[in-house]
Amino acid sequence: MQKTYTNPVYDYRRSPDQDATSTPHHPVIIVGAGPCGLAAALDLALQGIPSVIVDDNNTVSVGSRAICFAKRTLEIMDRYGCGERMLAKGITWQRGKVFFQQEQVYEFDLLPEDHHKIPAFINLQQYYFEEYLVDRVNEFAEIDLRWKTRVTEVATGEDQTSISLTTPDGDYRITCDYLLVADGANSKIRDMLGLESKGQVFQDRFLIADVVMKADFPTERWFWFDPPFNPGQSALLHRQADDVWRIDLQLGWDADPEEEKKEENIRPRLQQMLGDEVEFELEWASVYTFQCRKMDNFIRDRVIFMGDAAHQVSPFGARGANGGVQTVENLAWKVARVLRGEAPPQLLQTYNDERQHGADENIRNSTRSTDFISPKNHISRVFRDETLKLAKNYPFARSLVNSGRLSLPCAYTDSPLITPEQDDFAGPLCPGTVARDAPCQIGTEPGWLLNQLGNRFVLLVDLGMPRADDLKQELQALADLPDLDIIGVCPAGMEQPAAADFPGLLISDSSGVIAERYDLQPGSSYLLRPDQVVAARWRDCSASNVKQALRKALGFELENAA
Amino acid sequence: MSTSHNSTSHLNSSHLNTAPNFSDADGFYAALTDAHRELDRDQSERLNARLILLLANHIGDSTILQEALQVASELER
Ligand SMILES: Cc1cc2nc3c(=O)[nH]c(=O)nc-3n(C[C@H](O)[C@H](O)[C@H](O)COP(=O)(O)OP(=O)(O)OC[C@H]3O[C@@H](n4cnc5c(N)ncnc54)[C@H](O)[C@@H]3O)c2cc1C
Repeated sequence: MQKTYTNPVYDYRRSPDQDATSTPHHPVIIVGAGPCGLAAALDLALQGIPSVIVDDNNTVSVGSRAICFAKRTLEIMDRYGCGERMLAKGITWQRGKVFFQQEQVYEFDLLPEDHHKIPAFINLQQYYFEEYLVDRVNEFAEIDLRWKTRVTEVATGEDQTSISLTTPDGDYRITCDYLLVADGANSKIRDMLGLESKGQVFQDRFLIADVVMKADFPTERWFWFDPPFNPGQSALLHRQADDVWRIDLQLGWDADPEEEKKEENIRPRLQQMLGDEVEFELEWASVYTFQCRKMDNFIRDRVIFMGDAAHQVSPFGARGANGGVQTVENLAWKVARVLRGEAPPQLLQTYNDERQHGADENIRNSTRSTDFISPKNHISRVFRDETLKLAKNYPFARSLVNSGRLSLPCAYTDSPLITPEQDDFAGPLCPGTVARDAPCQIGTEPGWLLNQLGNRFVLLVDLGMPRADDLKQELQALADLPDLDIIGVCPAGMEQPAAADFPGLLISDSSGVIAERYDLQPGSSYLLRPDQVVAARWRDCSASNVKQALRKALGFELENAA
Repeated sequence: MSTSHNSTSHLNSSHLNTAPNFSDADGFYAALTDAHRELDRDQSERLNARLILLLANHIGDSTILQEALQVASELER
């Protein structure tokens, strides 16, 4: 059926490990070359850690699954060096319509905020997302990606993990310091270790179909509650790259998935939905049930679960891959520093703490959307339907209409790695939240703030300081820390100090947007983690405060940490 | 945030007011039952749902709404 995309076929290559006389050892082995496994390898490589990825298949996602990729995910992709390609291929949309039964109840326009490099989200088929990640992975000598290589056994221990692999030309064994597992929602490795992902299966089925429209169709997201062509159920239509449109049709629990998947049954329904005159071709269709569940602990010994294997959500609100990539980003810098001996092993436990919190938030949001879309009892349906009726004339009710909330990064405000707010700051960027983008100028070149952050700790400091000498002394005391870079922000209108005099990178806030978003005053400083999360912020810059917050962010103050 | 506790704090507007507050209690009650008079159970249920949504939005504050939900739920136990 699929015509717009041909899955690439990646060759199986025999690894020298297969001919080794003793069991080869690697610092990190990643299981699964889906969005999360690929992201993990890139993040580690950018922080100097080599890895081996194994995947039992030899291509990217077959058929489209995820299509909606949120701003934070794309910012992470931009740090990996493949965000721009995704933006160029993806579809950006901001207008949508909501229908209830026979009529349209309202339209919306998600007016985007200015001064961000990356839009709030794009629609892009998962196979493109993965293909661009694979291409980027292939640019790194540190990453050894082995296709057609399946993990069949895992033996965990306190010091290392050993895995057995099956390939087209035989089996072999390798060991590693850390095994990062991203083998998907039905994780076999989770089963092998006797671990469980617990939660809720929704008693409902959805037909997911991709169609190609022959004629123009507006780039809008249309959501129907209880439409005539799918009575009592819901439907969603939105656009992806290559003029492919995604259709989600709720089928109800009693539907027969095999019957519903047949083209002769899908066609009439879609024709009714799109209108009699619209010509389309069916690209791909599948029937899913959805679940929201997670593991109680993402870590067992030195085996660490990521992505759908660790936590799974229903697709409303697009938090599966988006949440998964954020999980990976949280883990990679910690693994890198523990492996390099720059942080205590206890740091890894905070991956579980911080991302359990993220997973809870994602599960809560996805569950709420699912409950609005398919109400669980009579009175829920009454409230849902009356909300939709009111929404036609009363804007307040539109805020209750929940057909999926945009995936936003969670805040790690209560994390033991975060230095709590002590000074008086305005605005939402409190310690524990992800840094916000803003335009900046580097020399004469325009650039973006987020592109200057990440992969190592950064101290961002406002240089509009009246007592420049004091500040200089504090910064000199930090200049030699190997994992910390200093970025000086010159406020709009201030003349840049000579680059040679400054122990870091100088950027200009010519538009004033950095000062506004970060509530900067002369001397204000932010400590940012390698995952661009604010670890601490102060009204003035003191080397001893920064060192203390850095120690905390690296886990040295956790219980039992050396 | 202020740490001082003064005697008026229970009148703070961010708590559910359960003291009499209607400008015309009898009038409201009559209007409420009148609105339902011609309706069957199903229609009444939907009218009530719309009323709750409208009033809840007017209140807006989550603390007050939570307190109202709690008071209303307690009577059922
Ligand atoms: C219909 C649908 C719509 C969705 N829409 C969205 C959306 O809009 N936005 C969003 O963010 N998410 C969405 N999702 C969720 C998203 O697809 C997943 O969250 C995402 O694919 C998870 O990535 P992953 O890397 O954890 O796992 P996967 O993508 O499942 O990758 C796992 C990989 O591991 C490999 N593997 C498995 N077992 C082994 C083994 N033993 N040895 C070696 N390799 C192995 C597999 O071959 C596979 O390549 C949607 C999902 C569905 C089904």
